[in-house]
Amino acid sequence: MMDTLVQRLGEICGADGVVSDPLELRTYESDGLTSHRCSPGLVVLPQTAGQVAEIVTECARAGVPFVARGSGTGLSGGALPRTDGVLIVTSRMRKIISIDPASRRAIVEPGVTNLAVSKAVERFGLFYAPDPSSQVVCSVGGNVAENSGGAHCLKHGFTVHHVTGLQIVTPAGQLTWLGDGTGGSAGYDLLGAFIGSEGTLGIVTKIIVKLTKIPEAVTTLLAAFKTTGHGGAAVSAIIGAGILPGAIEMMDALAIEAAEAAVACRYPAGAGAVLIVELDGPQADVERETAAVRALCEEAGATEIRAAGDAAERAAIWKGRRSAFAAVGRISPAYIVQDGVVPRTALPRVLDRIAELSAEAGIRVANVFHAGDGNLHPLVLFDDATPEACEAAEVLSGAILDLCIEHGGSITGEHGVGADKSRYMPRMFGADDLATMQLLRCAFDPAGMCNPGKIFPTPRLCGEVPGIRRAPHPLVAAGEIEQF
Amino acid sequence: MAAEPVPGPLAAACGEVRPASEDDAVAGVLPRYVAWPASVAEASAVLAAAAGLDLAVLPRGTGTRLAWGAPPRRCDLVIDTLRLDRVLEHEAGDLVARVQAGVRIDDLAGVLGLAGQQLSLDFPAAPGEAGRGTVGGVLATGAAGPRRLRYGTPRDLSIGITVVLADGTVAHSGGKVVKNVAGYDIGKLFAGSYGTLGLIVEAAFRLHPVLAAAAFVTRDCAGPAAAQELIAAAVGSPLAPSAAEIDRPARGAPVRVSVLLEGDKAGVAERSALLRELLGGGASIAAVPPAWWGRSGAADGTLLRIAFWAGELAAVLDALDAAASEAGLDPPVGGSAAAGVIYAAVPGSAPAASVAELVTALRASRPLGPAGSADGDGLGPPSRGSVVVLHAPPAVRDAVDIWGPVPSAGLMRAVKDQFDPGHRMAPGRMAGGI
Repeated sequence: MMDTLVQRLGEICGADGVVSDPLELRTYESDGLTSHRCSPGLVVLPQTAGQVAEIVTECARAGVPFVARGSGTGLSGGALPRTDGVLIVTSRMRKIISIDPASRRAIVEPGVTNLAVSKAVERFGLFYAPDPSSQVVCSVGGNVAENSGGAHCLKHGFTVHHVTGLQIVTPAGQLTWLGDGTGGSAGYDLLGAFIGSEGTLGIVTKIIVKLTKIPEAVTTLLAAFKTTGHGGAAVSAIIGAGILPGAIEMMDALAIEAAEAAVACRYPAGAGAVLIVELDGPQADVERETAAVRALCEEAGATEIRAAGDAAERAAIWKGRRSAFAAVGRISPAYIVQDGVVPRTALPRVLDRIAELSAEAGIRVANVFHAGDGNLHPLVLFDDATPEACEAAEVLSGAILDLCIEHGGSITGEHGVGADKSRYMPRMFGADDLATMQLLRCAFDPAGMCNPGKIFPTPRLCGEVPGIRRAPHPLVAAGEIEQF
Repeated sequence: MAAEPVPGPLAAACGEVRPASEDDAVAGVLPRYVAWPASVAEASAVLAAAAGLDLAVLPRGTGTRLAWGAPPRRCDLVIDTLRLDRVLEHEAGDLVARVQAGVRIDDLAGVLGLAGQQLSLDFPAAPGEAGRGTVGGVLATGAAGPRRLRYGTPRDLSIGITVVLADGTVAHSGGKVVKNVAGYDIGKLFAGSYGTLGLIVEAAFRLHPVLAAAAFVTRDCAGPAAAQELIAAAVGSPLAPSAAEIDRPARGAPVRVSVLLEGDKAGVAERSALLRELLGGGASIAAVPPAWWGRSGAADGTLLRIAFWAGELAAVLDALDAAASEAGLDPPVGGSAAAGVIYAAVPGSAPAASVAELVTALRASRPLGPAGSADGDGLGPPSRGSVVVLHAPPAVRDAVDIWGPVPSAGLMRAVKDQFDPGHRMAPGRMAGGI
């Protein structure tokens, strides 16, 4: 079966569009979550939406599962391949098809990098707002799959707020559009439901993004505090004053230590916590808000405050924060990046409890978090030389997620469930909740061939035999879509 | 028609169920019973009982927008949410509220206002209605007002939802934190679903602080092209408008443009002065909206919602004028020009065939068609807009497909089949006969 498929996919993508050499396949064995590895059965690199549709059609016909991958920067194993499946890599689909500055829209292919969109529209005074920290390399298609946010989503929202249309290939291999670019198309909001579905409902082949006016002014403040508690009080005061910064980030002492070791970010020495607050908007508003935030930080006990007015100074402040994940590699042989969310008001209690759990387990935890929206990234540091240490770190990491759920939060704020956290889904959702979500899956992918094994701990049977098509798809019957 | 006695299983499921009266008719379709569940458990029991009795079900709040959407093909049981009226949680420090579906939008605004916060949906009360409806109704119909430019629509502000499916299953998705990507977002699917997928019983929303000051900078301009230029100037400026609306009472009349700025007092004062200069033409600044702000048509007329790519504003107005003129109509038009949504209001006295002609011609017009440069090469979506008949007299509803074509109608049908295999939830209300 696979041999015939390899031949067909070669005809579709051309010889250089198919990877079947076992050594080369290993390049694709993981995404950004390197603890999960699996060599794909086959990799294809299509260049057009039509090719993706043909590939998926062939996979569906052969009953072979398929997984889409953008730049492979995901942190939950959402693009983890399958040995028995085809990995469809969109990195050769990187055209910016059109830019419509008057309507503040652009149509791009899924392999275009997030930052490339902003760069392409900068000359119109516009940018693409979602800014995941991997924005230099991560793809817009991957952002759609994960509903990516970024440091500035506190004010500007997530991918779902900035995408108004998608061309997708359905798991049956058909090209169709969700949304019409307006953001107000009639009928069910399939566009909204598709964004963040982690590649399980189909493969994105074109994206209509909404563009945002570049703010007139941006200022960035760095405030040092004795403890994260003091920093947290400053965050509450800022939000309580009705100020909505673009971003509010916090790092604790251990995270600061790691960043200092890695990139010499020169944050105030001896700080127990640093807060980065970025304000954007009209010049005069930003100036007044900056003064207000400064005063609130001082009231909350800030030991030092620095302000950046230009891009270079801003980059210096962000340097430590942006390098934080990688930096802990300097102070620990291995680490787990966790991604939980709690209501902002629960942050102090949750941080205290994480410190207790860390002390009880004898495992260090560095905390980096988006304080404005309660999204925690505890970095669990351990030595992977022994399986016992790995196991203990996993247990601690899971306990932190339980803590988030206990406080009314979420097991993932931005990294996704993927392959990594599907086992935690039943802790956050009941059986009926999960079964209801899977109804959507069954509507799009009754055969369960599209990125199977992700998000849900157990697949749902949709009442159809996988891979066998008994009648034309309703879309074909209705003459709404083409079939390849 | 004599009132039917309530069947035993339905009476047993809910403390308050009664035979329906004429007042309970939905777009001319008279239900047999009305149930008022007071808890999620009771709502679930009602839907389970309705499943057992094979009753077609239609959710209702205050009924504010019940005239929107197509008439149901069948409607045996109305489930009224007005007893699900509790604000379950409002943690001001989190800027989040969790409420039951029957909470009135105006009541919620009162509660949130005490903490200086708001659910940023500013659609006005419908003509002839005292209030703005319930949380559930707003979600189910996707109602949004001028400030959608800044804050989006109900789907953008909703962060969690609890629904009851046609068989009585209670399901949650999302939660009560703004940042959350765990699992599918079923809330998006239910937003704007007109009750066809199930009953919304609870929802959580992201809130915003009430800003200290607002200013409306307003002027008249010659026509569609000038209006588009002004809107583009306002939105392209660094002045961060929260809304930019237009209004034109008749074809050929000047287009009124008004731009809303919000913020602290000093900021709004500065920015509104700058905006007045930018808009020129003797623009005025006021703390209150112009009388036409957010206005929609008469309840007994036809209300069209035209969604388009914002850069096509002038072309859309021109297409509307051409189509209306051909059909012998001259509807007033206005709405959220910068966000790409405007409304045209045809009086109830207009012949149904003329309204149908207008709608059909507008749907086929160039600015709502495929993307300009990508015309016909398949690189853009097959259409860049829609014309939906939100409400209309029965004769108009009969003369035209009120929803028009929608992208991926086949997938929508597949979703409906999964969520409501018996097609008992508000059947026929949605696009494509769903």
